[in-house]
Amino acid sequence: MIIIEAKQLVRNFNGLRALDRISFSIEKGEIFGFLGPNGAGKTTTIKILTTLLKPSGGYVHVNGFDPTTQAMEIRKSLGVVFQEPSLDDDLTAYENLDLHGLLYKMPTELRRRRVAEMLMFFELWQRRNDAVKYFSGGMKRRLEIARGLLHHPAILFMDEPTIGLDPQTRNHIWTYLKQLNKEEGITIFFTTHYLEEAEKIASRIAIIDHGRIVAQGTVAEIKKQTKRAETLEEAFLILTGHGMREEALLGVSRNHMNWEKQSGQGL
Amino acid sequence: MGTIYTLWIRQLKRYYRSRSRMIGTLGNPLLFLVAFSYGFGPIFQRAGEGTDYITFLAPGIIGISILMTAMASGTDIIWDRQFGFLKETFVAPVSRLQVMFGRTLGGATVAVLQGIVVLFIAMFLGFRFETLLGFFLSLAIMLVSAIAFTAFAIAIASLIEDVQGYQFIMNFLVMPMVFLSGSVFPLNDLPKSVKIIAHFDPLSYSVDGLRSSLAGIAYFDTTLNLIVLGLLTVVFLIFGSWAFSRIRL
Ligand SMILES: Nc1ncnc2c1ncn2[C@@H]1O[C@H](COP(=O)(O)OP(=O)(O)O)[C@@H](O)[C@H]1O
Ligand SMILES: [Mg+2]
Repeated sequence: MIIIEAKQLVRNFNGLRALDRISFSIEKGEIFGFLGPNGAGKTTTIKILTTLLKPSGGYVHVNGFDPTTQAMEIRKSLGVVFQEPSLDDDLTAYENLDLHGLLYKMPTELRRRRVAEMLMFFELWQRRNDAVKYFSGGMKRRLEIARGLLHHPAILFMDEPTIGLDPQTRNHIWTYLKQLNKEEGITIFFTTHYLEEAEKIASRIAIIDHGRIVAQGTVAEIKKQTKRAETLEEAFLILTGHGMREEALLGVSRNHMNWEKQSGQGL
Repeated sequence: MGTIYTLWIRQLKRYYRSRSRMIGTLGNPLLFLVAFSYGFGPIFQRAGEGTDYITFLAPGIIGISILMTAMASGTDIIWDRQFGFLKETFVAPVSRLQVMFGRTLGGATVAVLQGIVVLFIAMFLGFRFETLLGFFLSLAIMLVSAIAFTAFAIAIASLIEDVQGYQFIMNFLVMPMVFLSGSVFPLNDLPKSVKIIAHFDPLSYSVDGLRSSLAGIAYFDTTLNLIVLGLLTVVFLIFGSWAFSRIRL
């Protein structure tokens, strides 16, 4: 059964074509890796699939619904881990998860149990009553993943979920996600820059560059497509070139915003 | 309903946790209260207005502090948009309208709490409200004004992306609103043209409603105050909901 489908999907940002007629379809229960250099269009695609952004053209369906007209239906089945932080820093870890459970209308008992379960699994239970602003980057990331999984979503979207996590934690989390995938049939759509990770985890991969999908299939198929590639990383570089992307620029603007938050004062 | 309540509670928790925000939004009104009551009190007395200056001033400062706290709810939206939490509510299976109402009620409740704090501080400085009924009426006026101003702040914040731009616009709006509202000096003695402008200042009705309920001094008609505030609340809630629904992340 196809659970996510895009056909000739287009998204423009005043003149810039961020997504240029991309097409893919994902079966229920797949772990789909969406790879590409910075600025390729990964986040834009996720935003469209998670109902945050309207496409400029093309066809898209998630869990049988159209995100532009049936957003509410789709949202019920989604767990989302955004690329950028999206926790409430002033609330505690427990409160962040609890609030999430309330937004997803989880029954009280289940909610409490799941919050505790997730906090323990992600090794945040000891710190559950601390405000998230005192957490390290890795702890925040873990909490965001815990939150995405809290309500047992049918589809989990993760935009660079493992950024800033050490290899142990990454391993721990992926093992758990694979298990969830096997036992509960959760569909996972993720992006990452760790290509070994994608190679190990994903059942299928699409590589996007400059808003176009340049390769799609299993890891073996993608390597074969490029003929000389031994690893996924090699295939990736052959397909997308060696030029640097807008990483540096993004880093600067993000630091600048953090600084603003610290020095900004309410009226 | 559940969603509105959830987000309402969140705003209260954030307010309670963030002492700096609490003090930041109280700072200006309290400064006004103390500086004006000591500075202008004697002049006011000599001008023969027939009451203590603090009796006249306190309801005005309560109105100002509600306005300023409401404006901070707009800053909150912009932060949540830049630093992410808004996304969490936008992909959840809840409507934007509920999110907007929850935030508005949360921000408005905080504004009312700040208003009550100012009232108590004013009482410490010698202010006395006339009747208990008047006190309860003033709470209702605080709430309606707080909802209207918070919804307005959320509307503006939804249309503007950066904190600096928002604060610039708000300073540009808030200061004239404060001084034209009759909050710190009576409208009676002002030139006709200024009086006319004061009629277009939403804060005028809020301050006048508070002053008539708490101190028995009125410039407008009480019914007029209530009608105008009620209408403003409806208009700003619609404006705020519209603007909030247009936010793109
Ligand atoms: N809101 C926006 N306004 C204008 N341009 C945007 C916006 N969002 C993304 N873009 C542009 O679209 C392209 C794809 O961005 P994105 O999807 O974030 O890339 P990725 O996640 O693959 O790094 C980039 O060139 C980016 O600058
Ligand atoms: Mg991205």
